[in-house]
Amino acid sequence: MSDAACWQPEIERMDREALGQLQLERLEATLTRVYRTLPFYRQRFDAAGVDPDGVRSAADLRRLPFTVKDDLRRSYPYGLFAVPLREVVRLHASSGTTGLATVVGYTRNDLRAWADAVARVMVAGGVGKDDVVQVAFHYGLFTGGFGLHQGAELLGASVIPMSSGHSRQQLRIMQDYRTTALCCTPSYAMHLADELIEQRVPRGALSLRVGLFGGEPWSDAMRRQLQEKLQLTATDNYGLSELMGPGVAGECGEQRGLHLAEDHFLAELVDPASGAPVAAGQVGELVLTTLTKEAFPLIRYRTGDLTTLSTERCPCGRTLARMGRVLGRTDDLIIVKGVKVYPSQIEAVLVALEGADPHYQILLTRKAAMDEATVLVEVSEAILFDEMRRQSGLRETIARRLADELGVSVAVKLVERKSLTRSDGKAVRVVDQRGA
Amino acid sequence: MLRVRNLDVAYGQRLALRHVSLHVDRGEVVALIGANGAGKTTLLRTVAGLQRAAAGSVAFDGQDLTRLPAERVVALGCSLVPEGRQVFATMPVRENLLLGATVQYRRGKRREVEADLARVYQLFPRLEQRAGQLAGTLSGGEQQMLAMARALMARPALVMLDEPSMGLAPLVVKDLFRAIQVIRAEGATVLLVEQNARGALRIADRGYVLETGRMVLTDGAEALLQNRDVQRAYLGGEPSAAQEGERR
Repeated sequence: MSDAACWQPEIERMDREALGQLQLERLEATLTRVYRTLPFYRQRFDAAGVDPDGVRSAADLRRLPFTVKDDLRRSYPYGLFAVPLREVVRLHASSGTTGLATVVGYTRNDLRAWADAVARVMVAGGVGKDDVVQVAFHYGLFTGGFGLHQGAELLGASVIPMSSGHSRQQLRIMQDYRTTALCCTPSYAMHLADELIEQRVPRGALSLRVGLFGGEPWSDAMRRQLQEKLQLTATDNYGLSELMGPGVAGECGEQRGLHLAEDHFLAELVDPASGAPVAAGQVGELVLTTLTKEAFPLIRYRTGDLTTLSTERCPCGRTLARMGRVLGRTDDLIIVKGVKVYPSQIEAVLVALEGADPHYQILLTRKAAMDEATVLVEVSEAILFDEMRRQSGLRETIARRLADELGVSVAVKLVERKSLTRSDGKAVRVVDQRGA
Repeated sequence: MLRVRNLDVAYGQRLALRHVSLHVDRGEVVALIGANGAGKTTLLRTVAGLQRAAAGSVAFDGQDLTRLPAERVVALGCSLVPEGRQVFATMPVRENLLLGATVQYRRGKRREVEADLARVYQLFPRLEQRAGQLAGTLSGGEQQMLAMARALMARPALVMLDEPSMGLAPLVVKDLFRAIQVIRAEGATVLLVEQNARGALRIADRGYVLETGRMVLTDGAEALLQNRDVQRAYLGGEPSAAQEGERR
C-alpha cells in the first residue's frame, strides 16, 4: 500500500525540510504571542532566565521550562487562555479521571484546524466519504465524541452520533444502519465484541470495515483480537484533551506507528525523570508544543505518555513523523512491593489467555504498611458460575503468568462482566486505595 | 522557493527585525501585513539585497542570497517593486519598461522583450496608451502600474510588491489587485506587503503578521481574515454586517 489517500496531502507528504521551516515560523510566532499575552509564560521564562527570542530552532526549545498538568489545574478555569473569552466558541474539559478537570477553549480557527486534523486521521485509518461512521465516544465536555464527529462530517462521511454506552442499542444500530466504521476506545470495542458473541449475532450481520480506536493505551495483541472478533481493520489514534482532543496522531494502513500532526504540534521525547532528551529510538515521555492554537497554546507540555518517535519514511507516502503505540503513562506506573508495573503488561498477559477478557483493573490497597495489589479480571458468566475447580484453575493460571511477566506476585480475583468501572467509555485501569 | 530563516536586521543599534522566518512556495501569493514600522519593508529590502542581515539566512531556490548584491538577486529571478513607485520621471513610459528588461538582454533574450512588452501592455492597457509620455506626468495609480510592469519585464520568478496600494484611489487599487491575480495565474509567485490587509489577504493564499520586528502570526489567508486579533488590529475592528455582505 503506497501513496495512500491523504486528506491534506500538501501537509501530510510535505518535504521534511519544508516542514522544518513551517514549524520554525510557527514556533517563533507562538513564543512571541504567549510571552506577550500570558503572564504565566512570561514569569516562567523570566524566572528560568530564558529569552523566548533566543529560541532559533526546535532544539533550542529545550531551554524553555516544561508545562505540566498541575500548571493547567492551577490556572483553572481560564488562566491560560491566550484570547478573550468572547473569541472562544467552544469549551471542553479533560475527563478529570486523575484529578481536577482542566478547561480548554477553542476559537473558530482552532475548531477548523481540529476538524482537519481529525479528518486526516480518519482518512489514514481508511474512512472515506461513503462510510457510515458510528462515533461511540462520549459527547460532552470530553473531546472524544465531538472531535471525531467534526472530522468525519468534514470529510463527508455519514456520521451517527451514538455517544458511549447503551451497548445493545449500539449493536442494533450498527446492524440496522449498516455501520462501516466504528470509533471508540479499544476497551469499549472489546466490550461490544463480547456482547456480539453473547447475543449470538451472526458475523455476516455487521458491515464493519474499519475501526479507529483511541483514548487509552492498547496492545497489538488486543488489535489482533479486535480485528478477528469484529472483522475489521483496526488503527490506533492519539490525542489529548489538553492539546486538542483526537487528531494529534493516527495510524495509516501500515499499522506501524501513528503519524503526528507536526504542522500543529512540535514533538520531543524526554526522560520522564531527568527531563533530558532521550537518544534516538529510545522510549521517552512525549512533550508537545502547540504551533497553531489560538485560544489555548501550550509550550512544552508533558503529556505523561510514554512512546517512541521515528522520522523514517513510511511506505504510505506520508512524511509526518510517527510515534509508536503509547506504551503507558508515566503516572500509570505503579510500584508494587518496589517493582515497577505498567498496566499494559497485565493486558498483554490477559489477551494471550483463553477464558479471560482484557477487561481488568488493578486495585491497590495497604495492609499494615504493606502494599497489596489485586488484579480484578472480568470473565464470562459461564466461568463464574461454573464449577469452582475450573474457576480456581483459571485464577491460578492468571496469577502465575502475571508473576512471571511482572516479577512480583499479585492477587487475582475473577469478577462478573461489566462490573468494572468505566469513565467516558475509557477503562479505569488503576484504583489506588493506599492513600489514607 | 524563498526561505527566510531567523533573520535579524539592525539599523545601527536598533533591531528592525528579530528572528523572522518566512517562506514562499512556487505559485503562491503570500501577504505580509503589519502596522507602519513593523519591519515589512526592511524584510523585502533584505531579501532583495538592498539591506544587510545581521544574522539569519535568505535562500532563493536553494541558493543563499544573504550576501549577494541586489543586481545578482534580480538576475536570479527575484524582483522588488519598491514603495512609492520610484519610476524614472524624465523618461518615457516605454523606456522605463525597457530598462526593466535589462536582465533579459543580459540573458540574451532580446527577442522575447517585445513579447513581454506586449504582455504588460495587455495587463495595463493604460500604459500602452501613454507609452510615449514621460513617466513623471502619469497619475499615482499609473506610476504604480508602471513600477509593477517594469518589474515584470525582468521575467521574475518571484515578485515582491511593497505597499502597491498606498495612496491610491479604491478603484485603482482594485485594478492593481486584479493585475496581481493575473500575473499569479500566469505562473508568477508573489510576496505582497500591504497595509490594506483585507485586500491583500483576499487575494493571498497565506499570510504573515509582523509586529515591531517580530512575526506574531502565520496562517492561511482565510483563517487570518477570521482571526479576531487581525480583525481588530488590521481590518478595522470586528467585521460588521456591511463587510460581511461585501465579502459575499
